[in-house]
Amino acid sequence: MDKKLELVDLRKQFNAKVVPVKNVSLSVGSGEFLTLLGPSGCGKSTILRLIAGLEQPTSGQVLINGKDVSRLSPGDRNIAMVFQSYALYPHMTVRENIASGLKLRKTPSGEIQTRIQDVTDFLGLHDLMDRKPGQLSGGQRQRVAVARTLVRRPDVFLLDEPLSNLDALLREHVRAELKQLFGTQNTPVVYVTHDQTEAMTLSTRVAVLNNGYLQQLDAPERIYMEPANRFVAGFIGSPQMNFLQVPCESRRAIVGNHPIPLPRGANMPTEITLGIRPEHVHLAQSDHEPALDGQVFLIENLGMHNLVSVRIQGQGEPITVRAIVGIEHRLAIDSTVRLAFPPESIHWFDVSTGDRIQTASDSTSVVSPSVTPTSVTS
Amino acid sequence: MVDYVRAQERRTGWFLTIPALLVLALVFAYPILRAFWQSFFTINLGNQLTPAFNGLGNYIRMAQDGRFWNTLWNTTIFTVATVSLELVLGMGIALVLNQSFKGRGIVRTIAILPWALPTALIALAWTWIFNDQYGVVNDLLLRLGLISTGINWLGDPTLAMISVIIADVWKTTPFISILLLAGLQSIPGDLYEAQAIDGASPWQSFRQVTLPLLLPQIVIALLFRLAQAFGIFDLISVMTGGGPGGGTETVSLYIYSTVMRYLDFGYGAALVVVTFLLLVLVVAIATFFLNRSRKRASGAV
Repeated sequence: MDKKLELVDLRKQFNAKVVPVKNVSLSVGSGEFLTLLGPSGCGKSTILRLIAGLEQPTSGQVLINGKDVSRLSPGDRNIAMVFQSYALYPHMTVRENIASGLKLRKTPSGEIQTRIQDVTDFLGLHDLMDRKPGQLSGGQRQRVAVARTLVRRPDVFLLDEPLSNLDALLREHVRAELKQLFGTQNTPVVYVTHDQTEAMTLSTRVAVLNNGYLQQLDAPERIYMEPANRFVAGFIGSPQMNFLQVPCESRRAIVGNHPIPLPRGANMPTEITLGIRPEHVHLAQSDHEPALDGQVFLIENLGMHNLVSVRIQGQGEPITVRAIVGIEHRLAIDSTVRLAFPPESIHWFDVSTGDRIQTASDSTSVVSPSVTPTSVTS
Repeated sequence: MVDYVRAQERRTGWFLTIPALLVLALVFAYPILRAFWQSFFTINLGNQLTPAFNGLGNYIRMAQDGRFWNTLWNTTIFTVATVSLELVLGMGIALVLNQSFKGRGIVRTIAILPWALPTALIALAWTWIFNDQYGVVNDLLLRLGLISTGINWLGDPTLAMISVIIADVWKTTPFISILLLAGLQSIPGDLYEAQAIDGASPWQSFRQVTLPLLLPQIVIALLFRLAQAFGIFDLISVMTGGGPGGGTETVSLYIYSTVMRYLDFGYGAALVVVTFLLLVLVVAIATFFLNRSRKRASGAV
């Protein structure tokens, strides 16, 4: 049977001023790995808790396999959750921890044995079964927490920042492990994180949230290639995208002293926001390429390349553009460089709404539910 | 290689502890050892308070002393009844105070008041509450029509014991509830959320999470209360003076009478020694369980 999780117009309001989740709708199907991504306070954890039933929605519905579970208690929703802290019972052995959920549901003990056996084989937990959580490393605890959810065979998996308590090296390793593991489960997975790398690497789809609003719901590559608005563009990608607010003159944006043609979607603005990722800015190869002159004022070594900050003198205030430049270009502070902005890599955003302005290279169907109200007071 | 820094620190450590050890020796070790010594002598009005060595005479007398066994029995009943009632009620109150509700701060403050008041005052108040003619308990029971004549609460051995137990439970339950509340607050909330997601009922969560993780605090509360209840003196002294007919006389009251009223210092010392050893035994057992429960709750065992 196909499993499915749907959120319909889900809203959570604590009081008139505190509304962590503002009418979010989305659905996650079997085998889908959806990540809720956003800065702290964006409402992602609240959405997860609403799905789990640890919070009650103010309005809207949570549907699991088509059935409205909004009024059910967490235990009746057949969901399983990995907590940020793992929430392992310190006084129980690993085996007891993994079995606890099944025992509470009065699963026959033979069945419990088989399922635990399956999961321990799968995760390689054999040597740890009689230990207590206090005697495990962070990575091992994390794996026990995952085992505890897998053994339940739920309709939906919920993971709340499960990697945030691991050190960087281990995190990378466990991330890959999680991807393989949940890829085999054929069950909707909802994963909460503020880490864009986790979101990009793990997910089949990413929901970017800000201020309780769904900003964009798309495949990771689309989120990166065609960010629905300025917030998404700035949140995804590291180092951050360059944003230049530039004046326009008759279908041309004036960057420095250089006019760049506007996309066809734009309707004669006087100003426009130009976005370009540092990795797409490069040093001009020839004099024919449209490029801007600027002065290097900061060089940050990132190992395989340098992140170069360049100050460009234009008509008004000087603007700063950051570019990823190969280390073979031996740039020095104060040296003059010519930066080229390949037109196909430029993102255009409306100055007032921050919404993306379609370009010719954009894929035709834009599903991004770009809800960026002008007033964020509700 | 010798760790000079650590050796130096250890020397300084000892040096700094010496004053405290001296004080302890003076106020603990000396009186206890002196009581041991005195318990082998007869020192009473019969021999003009001139110590006369008597060997184990005092202890043999104690074994045959019906009043001693009676007080030991009273003390045991009082201890078991108060400590178990206080533990159950204290747990209930702690669970309530651990919930978030409006005015919780005020309720918490009120809840600890009985424990903060001086025992002698509380004892006096309860004496009046249980007074057979003017007491509020009889008044309420009469108005409710449950009894037709006032009950002499403090005039009957059994009722008097019940009365002092109620008074002590009222006074000391807050102590236990505050202790357990601190323990409850150290249990991470997400353990309960994990339980909820697994479909546990509140009672199941209490059994599987709260109780095992609260065990260290429960044992600490037990330890404190066992020692205190076993030595109970002030409350009973004021309320009944050990009466009626020795019905509420505890070991402490008996020792007090022996020494201060009958001026039988040798026998009193023997009573002190036996009580002391009993108490040490109880505390040692409780400490053993405390350490085990602590390790278990933290997952070290």
